[in-house]
Amino acid sequence: MENSLLTLKNITKKFGNFYANKDISFDVRKGEILTILGENGAGKSTLMNIITGFYMPDGGAIYINGQKVYFNSPKEAIKYGIGMVHQHFMLVKNHTVFENIYVALKDKNFIISKDHYIKKFKSVFDEFNLNIELKTPLWKLSIGEQQWIEIIKLLINDCNLLILDEPTTLLTPQETIFLFQFLNKLKEKGKSIIFISHKIKEVMEISDRITILKKGEYVTTLERDQFDEDHISKLMIGSTIKKSVKKSPVENNETILEMINVSAKNDKGLSDLVGFNLTLRRSEILGIAGISGNGQKALAEVLTGLKDPVDGKILLNNQDVTKGNSRQKYIHGIAHIPEDRKAMGIAPDLTVEENLILKNFKDKKFGTLILNKKMVKKHADLLISKFNIQFGIKSAPVRLLSGGNIQKVIIARELSEQPTILVALYPTRGLDIGSQEFIHDTILEHKSNGMSTIYISEDIDELLKICDRISVIFRGKNMGYVDPTNTDIYTIGKMMGGAITSD
Amino acid sequence: MIRIEKKSIINPLTLNFFKIISFFIGVFISTLVLKVFSINITDFLKDIFVDAFGSKYAISETFLKTIPLIICGIGVSLAFKMKLWNIGAEGQLYIGALGSTLVALYFKTDSSFFMLSIMFLVAFILGGLWSSFAGLLKTKLNINEIIVTLLMNYIAILFINYLVYGPLKDPDGFNFPYSKKFPPQAALSTLFDTRLHTGIILAIILLIVYYILVERSIWGYEIRVIGSNPKAAKYAGININRNVMLVMFLSGGISALAGFTETAGVINRLQHSISPGYGYTAIIIAWMSGQKTFGIFLYSFFMAVIFIAGDTLQLNYQLPISMVNTFQGIILFVILISEFLLNHKISFKRRKDD
Repeated sequence: MENSLLTLKNITKKFGNFYANKDISFDVRKGEILTILGENGAGKSTLMNIITGFYMPDGGAIYINGQKVYFNSPKEAIKYGIGMVHQHFMLVKNHTVFENIYVALKDKNFIISKDHYIKKFKSVFDEFNLNIELKTPLWKLSIGEQQWIEIIKLLINDCNLLILDEPTTLLTPQETIFLFQFLNKLKEKGKSIIFISHKIKEVMEISDRITILKKGEYVTTLERDQFDEDHISKLMIGSTIKKSVKKSPVENNETILEMINVSAKNDKGLSDLVGFNLTLRRSEILGIAGISGNGQKALAEVLTGLKDPVDGKILLNNQDVTKGNSRQKYIHGIAHIPEDRKAMGIAPDLTVEENLILKNFKDKKFGTLILNKKMVKKHADLLISKFNIQFGIKSAPVRLLSGGNIQKVIIARELSEQPTILVALYPTRGLDIGSQEFIHDTILEHKSNGMSTIYISEDIDELLKICDRISVIFRGKNMGYVDPTNTDIYTIGKMMGGAITSD
Repeated sequence: MIRIEKKSIINPLTLNFFKIISFFIGVFISTLVLKVFSINITDFLKDIFVDAFGSKYAISETFLKTIPLIICGIGVSLAFKMKLWNIGAEGQLYIGALGSTLVALYFKTDSSFFMLSIMFLVAFILGGLWSSFAGLLKTKLNINEIIVTLLMNYIAILFINYLVYGPLKDPDGFNFPYSKKFPPQAALSTLFDTRLHTGIILAIILLIVYYILVERSIWGYEIRVIGSNPKAAKYAGININRNVMLVMFLSGGISALAGFTETAGVINRLQHSISPGYGYTAIIIAWMSGQKTFGIFLYSFFMAVIFIAGDTLQLNYQLPISMVNTFQGIILFVILISEFLLNHKISFKRRKDD
């Protein structure tokens, strides 16, 4: 074991009576990329929080280079060369690249010797062929570039173990490739990397070894020659994932919804949608690919009535529903899975039952003035069993549910009224594979009942898997449609970068 | 090294149990303060018990003080349920008292029912309009309602002071700062030969209405959704601004009814300092009860006993009535700490170097 940088022995962490981590032991070798795979709730985040000093384990020990260590804070973990790139970047948008890196330095002098650090930072940038100006304000950088800054913050502090939490979620395929090259270069220099991801395909591409966690416990570690997609998913969730879903072809070309030259502005008055065109056919799943921040949110908001378009027309069954009463009616009939589950989709302090009627509480069956609790319960029981929503105490607020179950509450509620159109905005983001499968199956099931879906996602694999057509959104414009059966991920990736417009 | 971590699930029953326990711990700590004034605590507690529960009269006096606390507690709770921080119940109470007084003094009728109904309505509407101003500023200009409602307390209280020292002063009142006495038909009738008046029935009716409105009705559901997550409410098609205005009006209107019961039921005139801080205490009540109907009743009663304890201190021990504020502060503090301890796990860990 002299080759291992970090060794975990019997790490245990309890929250109340619940074991988030139980007797987890494994090691990270010098100069390797180790992936930790596991469903939501498998204990990955807790474990990473222990390694980076946010939590203290209730039992077990951490060894670095064979020496037993204790971390009381993330600062101490950094001292031992362990750093993490979080899924949500810890960067100050209004500050420059230099300031962002500088603020993360572990030992700063009272007097800022700017020139010295500029030289130091530049040398790291050059080492990895990163073309970033130190004086640039951070908000001007792309997501991929911001991620490099996060990694460089760790490198400047001489971190030898870098933990990356779902780093590819926000990246284009091209950016992902660059990130992987970057990681391989770090590996050559002897750095170790812990990689966390849900995407099995890319995990198999980048990892040297894969450690699998399940329900807070260590399952196994696979060497590179043991990688096999079915086998891995079996270990993770105990069942094999269906590789492809059976797509029933769209029966007719009847257009149900049409957007013509729709423009929308955001709160700052900048254009989010610019002359956006879209057609949606009956019972089809139309995927919208794109890097987040290219107008997806505005598109979903315009479609679901949270935002009014400044220009253009929306037609439902050839009837104008852009304004007024017809728009209200149209909004009422549309189902929506919002981007941010906790911020938009639920009333976190209310119970599951109460959240399940959020959409249709004005329905007469729930009473005219007084809420009919019996009906609410009946309504809830039906959806809870149908969608297999799992929760503890019945009267407990919904915010205590896991992410997957919160998403199930939202989906159950949205689909309970048999909508004709569903607008789903990143519905599987941050969910484990089991929950993702469930959401895909549910949408496909409703598709066969005639529901049309606009499925907005960044995960191209996912879109290729379930969509009948895919269109790409770039800077608020529709770049065109592609057929998922004869298009590869890279063509779409290029369109996401604004390169070509097909048909 | 102290570590603080959030616990995930707490049984609501446990939470309420410990809240009540910590209320009494707060009372206990408060009595320690009295040690400083070399007051014998056993004697003092005995005195309080006698003054609050010792006789028919004592019990009626305790309930008499419970009335305005319940009413203001409901007013504040209604707003809190929507996370609308109306802390202006004290001022709204004064405005309600003013409204009732103006009707009682200048509206001429012989019918007691008619008189009291008009007093009730005017108090409610004036109080509602008074607090609606904060709602208007919030919805139109996005001005924080906390600061507006708080500052409007002082306007209301000082305005009433001006009136009772000036235009409304009783000419036969030997220069005391109070208005003329109400005509007999403007007084709420009393119960059981005590000072306890029919305002207690009003308070109970309001509790029932509050329960139905907030915990059972569809409108209450809307309010709770807004309170829990305004974005989700907007997404569910709930009109937030309209509800802010409505809740602000109702919250102020209800709180103002405490001014009606105090003037029509207890003192029968408008005077300087009609409330020893009922409106402020209502904030504590609304907070401790978690805006639950029974909790409002229970904590209003507890707080009324604290006010009685203040009277006891003043009469038997010659301490100022503002000791009540000290008690309330200590109790609130203890409850806040207990809630924090219940929601978090704290562990002390020594660095091991072996």
